[in-house]
Amino acid sequence: MIRVLFFASLREAAGMDAWTYSPDVAASPLRLSSVLAALKPALGPDGYAALTAENVRIAVNQEFVDGAARIDLKSGDEVAFLPPVTGG
Amino acid sequence: MSRIRIQAGGFSVDEEWSALRERLDASAGAVAAFVGLAREVRGDEDSCLELEHYPGMTERSVAAIVAEAERRWSLAAVTVIHRVGRLRPTDQIVLVLTASAHRSEALAACEFIIDRLKTDAIFWKRETAGGDTRWVEATDQDLERSKGWVGG
Repeated sequence: MIRVLFFASLREAAGMDAWTYSPDVAASPLRLSSVLAALKPALGPDGYAALTAENVRIAVNQEFVDGAARIDLKSGDEVAFLPPVTGG
Repeated sequence: MSRIRIQAGGFSVDEEWSALRERLDASAGAVAAFVGLAREVRGDEDSCLELEHYPGMTERSVAAIVAEAERRWSLAAVTVIHRVGRLRPTDQIVLVLTASAHRSEALAACEFIIDRLKTDAIFWKRETAGGDTRWVEATDQDLERSKGWVGG
């Protein structure tokens, strides 16, 4: 099971703050690209476009990842979609 | 020695100042302080600001900024408090205190930390003013200031 989190504007675009991916078969390796493919019908075209925008960063288990689609995941991992940040 | 807190409630600059001084020994000769306040948005004094974060990752992103400041300058103590949740104009949002032997290091580290909080800390701001709500992004000026510290 993979837990997917959406923050700020992406939460609004997705229409939810969290989503759980439970693949039918225990795929090995489980790629982030499979999670994205499963998300697409759940989000609709606008939500999916927002999530895959260039300025969106992805974190796995609270660490930023690059080349995200090829990242291998394991059950219990937490994937987060983060729009551009601003604090201070 | 650093103290970092992400919290919904307010903070007292007096209390944080006293707590920081207790962590200092006689070698510290300077403390720099920065307090960020929520401004009214687009001239609307009834506007509000909502700050969202990613519990866990946000704390680590702030800790990484403080660790980088401690690597660049010799700091005796650092305090960073950043609020989340709904804020009104004039509310305190953020506090940065940096202590060092000398003023130049305390001032530079304080400015570095607040500049990096703008661009590298995991927070999102949503402004509501005049019935209009929008997400705030770091400005080009914020990004320039933050990048300006690279290798500096």
